Amino acid sequence: MAWTWFHRLGSPPYIYGLAARLTPWFAWPAAGLIIYALYAGLAVAPADYQQGEGYRIIFLHAPSAWMSVMVYTTMAISAAVGLIWRIKVAHAVAASCATLGATFTFATLVTGSLWGKPMWGTYWAWDPRVTFELLLLFLYLAYMALRSAFDDIQRADRVSAVLAVVGVVNVPIIHYSVIWWNSLHQAPSVMKLGKPTMPPEMYIPMLAMFLGFTLLFGALLFTRLRAEVLNRERTASWIRDVVNA
Amino acid sequence: MSKLILRGESLHLWRGERHVLRGVSLELRSGDILQLTGSNGAGKTTLLRILSGLIYPEEGRVLWSGTNIREDLRAYHAQLSYVGHEPPLKSDLTARENLRYWVGVRRRLGAADIDAALDEVGADEWRDRAARTLSAGQKRRVALAGLKLIGAPLWLLDEPTTNLDIAGQTLISRMIEQHATNGGLVLAAVHHELPVQARPVGRLDLAAA
Amino acid sequence: MSAVLATPAFEAARLILARDLRLAFRRPGEMLQPLVFFAIVTTLFPLAITPELSQLRQVAPGVVWVAALLSSLLALEFLYRDDAHDGTLEQYALSGQSLTLLLFAKTATHWLLTGVPLAVMAPLAGMALGAPVASVAGTVASVALGSVALSLLGAIGASLTLGARRSGVLLSILTLPLAIPVLIFGARATQLAIAGEDLAAPLYLLGALAVLGITLAPLAAAAAVRISLE
Repeated sequence: MAWTWFHRLGSPPYIYGLAARLTPWFAWPAAGLIIYALYAGLAVAPADYQQGEGYRIIFLHAPSAWMSVMVYTTMAISAAVGLIWRIKVAHAVAASCATLGATFTFATLVTGSLWGKPMWGTYWAWDPRVTFELLLLFLYLAYMALRSAFDDIQRADRVSAVLAVVGVVNVPIIHYSVIWWNSLHQAPSVMKLGKPTMPPEMYIPMLAMFLGFTLLFGALLFTRLRAEVLNRERTASWIRDVVNA
Repeated sequence: MSKLILRGESLHLWRGERHVLRGVSLELRSGDILQLTGSNGAGKTTLLRILSGLIYPEEGRVLWSGTNIREDLRAYHAQLSYVGHEPPLKSDLTARENLRYWVGVRRRLGAADIDAALDEVGADEWRDRAARTLSAGQKRRVALAGLKLIGAPLWLLDEPTTNLDIAGQTLISRMIEQHATNGGLVLAAVHHELPVQARPVGRLDLAAA
Repeated sequence: MSAVLATPAFEAARLILARDLRLAFRRPGEMLQPLVFFAIVTTLFPLAITPELSQLRQVAPGVVWVAALLSSLLALEFLYRDDAHDGTLEQYALSGQSLTLLLFAKTATHWLLTGVPLAVMAPLAGMALGAPVASVAGTVASVALGSVALSLLGAIGASLTLGARRSGVLLSILTLPLAIPVLIFGARATQLAIAGEDLAAPLYLLGALAVLGITLAPLAAAAAVRISLE
């Protein structure tokens, strides 16, 4: 039973329709959560006793960082699925992730830089986590560059899938870098098991932002995926039905 | 020399938007010679590459002696020789060295074996010159020597008569005939008829598909 | 049909190694180019930064390693692209031997032709940049070990870019980010060697990267090569 569901997911027209139906379910809650989190985080939560007001950028920085890594993992997994089982839709998903992931990574680096100035006195530091996050950005860019270097979409898909899978090694490195090395970054305070070390007025908006960003990614991914599927299947007959409907 | 049968079942392939192979099926048995014909772009090379396992067909499958080649691709490869458009030679190596490194990776060869094979293709004077100094016809002859040396039962050949003079054409037709008589299988993509006379040659035309 | 005596796997690998080395020595100029490049690049730094040895000593590990990294990339063209163009790579994929093992042999060739000479040249470059003579052993060890991982990563990058447009630049864009951990540990090891301290820790890490690379890189490279033949 589970396999028929899996096989249906591999069908471009089905995915196209599914993505269209799911987008509003992701987009609206995302908007709501992000607006709430922005308000609660920027206006309502109390100032941090060590860092003052400047710390508030963490409400954008930490979720962006989480997303940059999560999107890469999604990209790598769908690339692997496409590579092993030769499912074209999986490759379309991976392709749709790339720009989104790169944007989140860039946002992480920028928000981190803005936070760095008041906190550590510098806009940039070659701290392990920062360095590996930058490496993540390079991996996204390398993935996109590799894709565009092949005219045949199938070849581009499969070659960049290998790269995506090879680069996934970077993901645990980013997470563990703060534990393995002396780092300016604090040890994980949100992404760890057990009681969180933040007060609820900070913790709840933070979680809301995490969830909001995740849903936002979902909505954006589905939108891009539909465009990607349309492009790849442009000569197929089901496209004409969709366009004429 | 039991059940050597190559079977391709309903092979489909798309290249981007082009439906290059539309449900091609074929069967080749021990002793058969089949020539693939069709205009440029009809998919002859693509079909050969699918049969060799290099390309994965989007639909259909390839069977060797009843088993899907995908189940043990390396074992299948050990049973075939695929020679493409261009003879696979390194320009900086001599004919002898090329054969040693090309065939030697597959089966143990002595210098005597290599020399014997080169003798057969008429490489008396030029066997120790760098391949880049050889003419296209000479390179093709080295490729034929390699084909013989590899000794695999299934031969997949892409335009095997290219660049060969009359003597060369006789050479390859003799080789193909001998191979088939000994129970081998030959599948060749061609633009002109294979110059084989001593045995029946089947035909599969791709343009018609 | 005569009985086909298949070549055992390791002999096949040895044959590939022999072939590639023979090909490299047929073109000694091309073989030396990466090393010449290394020498030139390391020379640029004292000219661009400062001729003061005391200051250069600080940047010596980094300079040596970046130059080694870039030089290592140059030799990859030669190893993979030619085989892809003349059809010999395809024949190896069809040989019935493990493509992973054959590519591992190619990687070993790359290391012998690039990594080992660089390991010899690196301490010389280091000393030209102010490193003490006592640091020679440490520098040789770190470059020799680190270049193993570099050759492996280069194999992945080279096979991914077979048949791509602008493959030269693309190869660098792909391989350099993946090589960052090697660079970090390698430069650290060289730095400790120059300071006269114990460099066991980064050497172990370089070794770990090499082992990780040996197990995974030829597999990834073989997958990429098969994709390029489709």
